[in-house]
Amino acid sequence: MLIFILKRLGLAVLVAFTVSFISFSLLFMAGDPAAALAGETASGEDIESIRKLYGFDRPMLVQYGDWLISALQFNFGESYYFRLPVSSLIVDRLGVTMTLGVCGITFALLTAVPLGVAAAIRPNSIIDRVALFLSVAGQAMPSFWFGLILIVIFAIQLGWLPPSGASSPAHFIMPTIVLGYYAMPAIMRLTRAGMLDVLSSDYIRTARAKGAPEGRVLFRHALRNAIIPVVSLAAVQMGFMLGGSIVVESIFALHGAGFLAWESIARNDLPTVQALILVFSMFYIVFTFLADVLNAWLDPRMRSS
Amino acid sequence: MENPLLSVRNLTLDIPVGGGTLHAVRGIDFDLMRGETLCIVGESGSGKSLTSLALMGLLGKTIRRSADRMDFDGTDILTAKPRAMRALRGDRMAMIFQEPMTSLNPAYTIGDQLTEALLLHKSVGREAARERAIELLEKVGITAARSRLGQYPHQLSGGLRQRVMIAMALMCEPELIIADEPTTALDVTIQAQILRLLYDLGREMNMAMILITHDLGVVARVADKVAVMYAGELVETGPATDVFNTPSHPYTRGLLRCIPQPGKTERGSTLGTIPGIVPSLIGDVQGCAFRTRCPFAQAECKADIPRREEGTHMFRCIHPDGKRHAEEEVTA
Repeated sequence: MLIFILKRLGLAVLVAFTVSFISFSLLFMAGDPAAALAGETASGEDIESIRKLYGFDRPMLVQYGDWLISALQFNFGESYYFRLPVSSLIVDRLGVTMTLGVCGITFALLTAVPLGVAAAIRPNSIIDRVALFLSVAGQAMPSFWFGLILIVIFAIQLGWLPPSGASSPAHFIMPTIVLGYYAMPAIMRLTRAGMLDVLSSDYIRTARAKGAPEGRVLFRHALRNAIIPVVSLAAVQMGFMLGGSIVVESIFALHGAGFLAWESIARNDLPTVQALILVFSMFYIVFTFLADVLNAWLDPRMRSS
Repeated sequence: MENPLLSVRNLTLDIPVGGGTLHAVRGIDFDLMRGETLCIVGESGSGKSLTSLALMGLLGKTIRRSADRMDFDGTDILTAKPRAMRALRGDRMAMIFQEPMTSLNPAYTIGDQLTEALLLHKSVGREAARERAIELLEKVGITAARSRLGQYPHQLSGGLRQRVMIAMALMCEPELIIADEPTTALDVTIQAQILRLLYDLGREMNMAMILITHDLGVVARVADKVAVMYAGELVETGPATDVFNTPSHPYTRGLLRCIPQPGKTERGSTLGTIPGIVPSLIGDVQGCAFRTRCPFAQAECKADIPRREEGTHMFRCIHPDGKRHAEEEVTA
């Protein structure tokens, strides 16, 4: 188990370095950073002096090394727009994003897994059909539209929930539902398919032959095996929620990291964009790693491979 | 006279399929005494496995089960509530399956899976259950039994897994054990070992056993009673000695010709085969299902075939001595 964890950790670090290089080089793909920084009215001389000032004239690998060493110390330079350290900007915004992400994935898992299990127990039953309808609807509705519909109903017409902002737990209810509902269909379908597959397996028959009660057969024997691919999927979804909640954060005016990313892209604030891409990628890497460890715990076969 | 442990009358299993109803098992009868070994033989698709699952109450939801009687030591297992069946399964009746590679749950240790039935059915502590598991693993010939408890199924070979399955079935000392081709998936070299083990343990614990197998050589060694199934029907059943000495159904005789018999089969001679295939059991099945492959078939075989009994030896054939009526040619 320890060897497995170390191997995966090594792999994760490797991926992290690759990602850091890619996110660094984005700066150069987006055009001349000095020109962007200098503004539209700047002269050629101004641009050259900015190029020197920010060190853009050095070889790219040297710049990358510099940037990486700072990044490892959580120093991403200064935001072009806010004129503040990028790291403190991100730290300020991350709380909202993480709260939203954790709530979103929890909501998704708590609805998707029970629905998936129920659908698998009775395929083609009413429950299965309702679950199918919900997942198709979830997949088909764009988040921004679903978010607006919720605002219209629950904030404007019924007045039950605040339409925007992040000042109380109630502010997070609608964003959680919108974000969670986006992840729900895939998790639900995977749970259902996994359960159907496992329930027809020989070892489930063995469990029944031992006289195990149905609940024990379903949850101890079947779900434990069926949930393994779901864990991997949920990890990716979680990474997505932390990085990709840009739309949801914009609709509900939650000033989280996703919203910051959107602002920074709009303002060509490259150090911030770079840092956010790196942080979001790290989330993916960390969650994938955690999912691997969790899966190895769930499935002993994975530990030895 | 002692009452049978298991008594089955007219067990019928129907499976609704696209084109009608598949009559998978058609009215089979048998009795099994305590400590007795019944071997059910027949080719694939003859309904052997379904019969065993029906006894355990483990049939899929789509299969319709009916019978005049299905009695296990005074309990009517045909009408028993799911809870009552669960109480029997794993405790008083246990089953060993064909596929040791997939019959153990990959996520749990051997120890967890061995002790499960005991912990479910008997009021014993975890430690006592583990001790019992070790004792049984040793009994089924597994070395270093204590350390095996912490291993996972994927760390064991097929033969070891089947030994674990046997130990698992024996945990609660069941009165009836059903083994559905327990050695089919194993290497030939260990098939005999596993069967011997199963048989010896059955004797030792005085368990009644239903052994489903293709292997007539095995049957000859272990069976008290033999039941020959063909196309969902018991075509011949009786004490093993009677069935082997005076096989009365042409199908039984055909099966016996397919295996070499020490002292009888001449070296170099060709073993028999039974030409043809098992008929479709979808829709009404009339008369003798074997007539399409029977060398002695005649017009009467299309009508209902009465049971013929000589003592406890029963068969369903109108000309058990295999004489072809001269005036009638092979039909059907």
